[in-house]
Amino acid sequence: MSTTILQIDNVSRVFPGVRGGVPVRALEPTNLQVEQNDFITILGPSGCGKSTLLRIVAGLDRPTDGRVLLNGREIKGPGADRGMVFQSYTLFPWLTIAENIAYGLREKGVPKAQRQEIVASYTEKVGLRGFENHYPKQLSGGMQQRTAIARALANDPEILLLDEPFGALDNQTRGLMQELLLGIWERERKTVLFVTHDIEEAIFLASRVIVMSARPGRIKADIPVELPHPRHYTMKTTPEFSSLKAQLTEEIRVEAIQAEGVH
Amino acid sequence: MPRPLEPVSQGTRVTLGISFFVLFVAAWAFATLGGFVSRTFLADPITMLQDGWLLLTRFGFLGDIGITVWRVVGGFILAAIIAVPLGIMMGAYKSFEAFVEPFVSFARYLPASAFVPLLILWAGIGEMQKLLVIFIGSVFQIILMVAVAVGNTRRDLVEAAYTLGSSDKGVVRRVLIPANAPEIAEILRLVLGWAWTYVIVAELIGSSSGIGHMIIDSQALLATGQMIFGIIIIGIIGLISDFLFKAVNRKLFPWRLA
Repeated sequence: MSTTILQIDNVSRVFPGVRGGVPVRALEPTNLQVEQNDFITILGPSGCGKSTLLRIVAGLDRPTDGRVLLNGREIKGPGADRGMVFQSYTLFPWLTIAENIAYGLREKGVPKAQRQEIVASYTEKVGLRGFENHYPKQLSGGMQQRTAIARALANDPEILLLDEPFGALDNQTRGLMQELLLGIWERERKTVLFVTHDIEEAIFLASRVIVMSARPGRIKADIPVELPHPRHYTMKTTPEFSSLKAQLTEEIRVEAIQAEGVH
Repeated sequence: MPRPLEPVSQGTRVTLGISFFVLFVAAWAFATLGGFVSRTFLADPITMLQDGWLLLTRFGFLGDIGITVWRVVGGFILAAIIAVPLGIMMGAYKSFEAFVEPFVSFARYLPASAFVPLLILWAGIGEMQKLLVIFIGSVFQIILMVAVAVGNTRRDLVEAAYTLGSSDKGVVRRVLIPANAPEIAEILRLVLGWAWTYVIVAELIGSSSGIGHMIIDSQALLATGQMIFGIIIIGIIGLISDFLFKAVNRKLFPWRLA
């Protein structure tokens, strides 16, 4: 029996026109239910409103209409109950890796001893032991994003939101990061909402893939991924994986063509 | 030929930097000692040094230097204490910015030197007047520059802080201020340099001590050696304070260079 943790009710977003221009409808009224322990990837071509949807869930953007409920409570703004990892590197450059991970805990007023314990445990989980006292600038992009994941998780959020977190990384690093994130999810059973435009990434990570259409954004398909856990990177070459990939590629292709205006 | 933007080694950099000073003094010595410029208008380097020595040993010039430094630092610290928090407020809160920005922008263009006669009327010719000249010259500049720096804080860092549970106040205290601290220090370094020009102006009129006063006194005696010595001392103090500021910034903000 699964319980709904996040409910997106008829959420739409219209951006006002710039300098008297026509308003842009970024997101059609959208409904989505996220169950506890779901790993949902939201897949779509660029400009399909998938990031807008995630930002609305994070409370960083407001829906024009509709509402988002987290555990039955309506979301009014950003908060520590929803951890977020951004595509850009958003570690605080003036804080060390350990201080970055401890940021949310400090804001919450967690005592120092307990803070150190939690930080140590997450530093370990994302494989950054020995880098606690480094500054973000001294770390590679992959390490910075691992820190960002640890920073979000250290807060023990109800749901983890990731906005193309591995988009700026090279292919090999991205593969390793996917495995790391999936490993954490398998062990800790977090609820995750993950936005991406990478089809392989979307399938490999997800228990459900949500496909979004080109602008205005709208949920086009909701596809469960029944691949067994724990998943290993070799799974990306199995026939089941390939057939899912073929199916999603077709779905996305249509949208990409539409988005680009090529017929 | 050197390539554009190609870096040079530290040793070359120092050698080149010093050689300009050497070249400058050599040209000066050639012009004056060679008899190309009348001594009435420009003293030669050797006379300048002798005059300087005399000033320091006989006429208590060290005291003048001390009082000038005190005025600059005093007025500047006063301005910084008031301007930095105001600038941060302005950068952080847009309604506050809309309220004070037009006035501050206007006030910034009021020349501090033009206030000297007025300030003498208000505050006399004591120390208060000197401090106020420097204060007026620095305070509006610092406010505006700090506000711009804070206003340009990376939005994604602010958003990240909110998703980690920061309150509005928390964002100001734990993101906007630390993120811009190095830039604010850099702004203070810059404005301190400008404060030096104001102090001399303040000392040229209605003053009985300080480097500026000595320069005016020397003019009456046509002692160009002393005047040049005074000007060079100001340059050297500026160089030292700049160097100290940079060293302190490096120490305070290691993450910038990491």
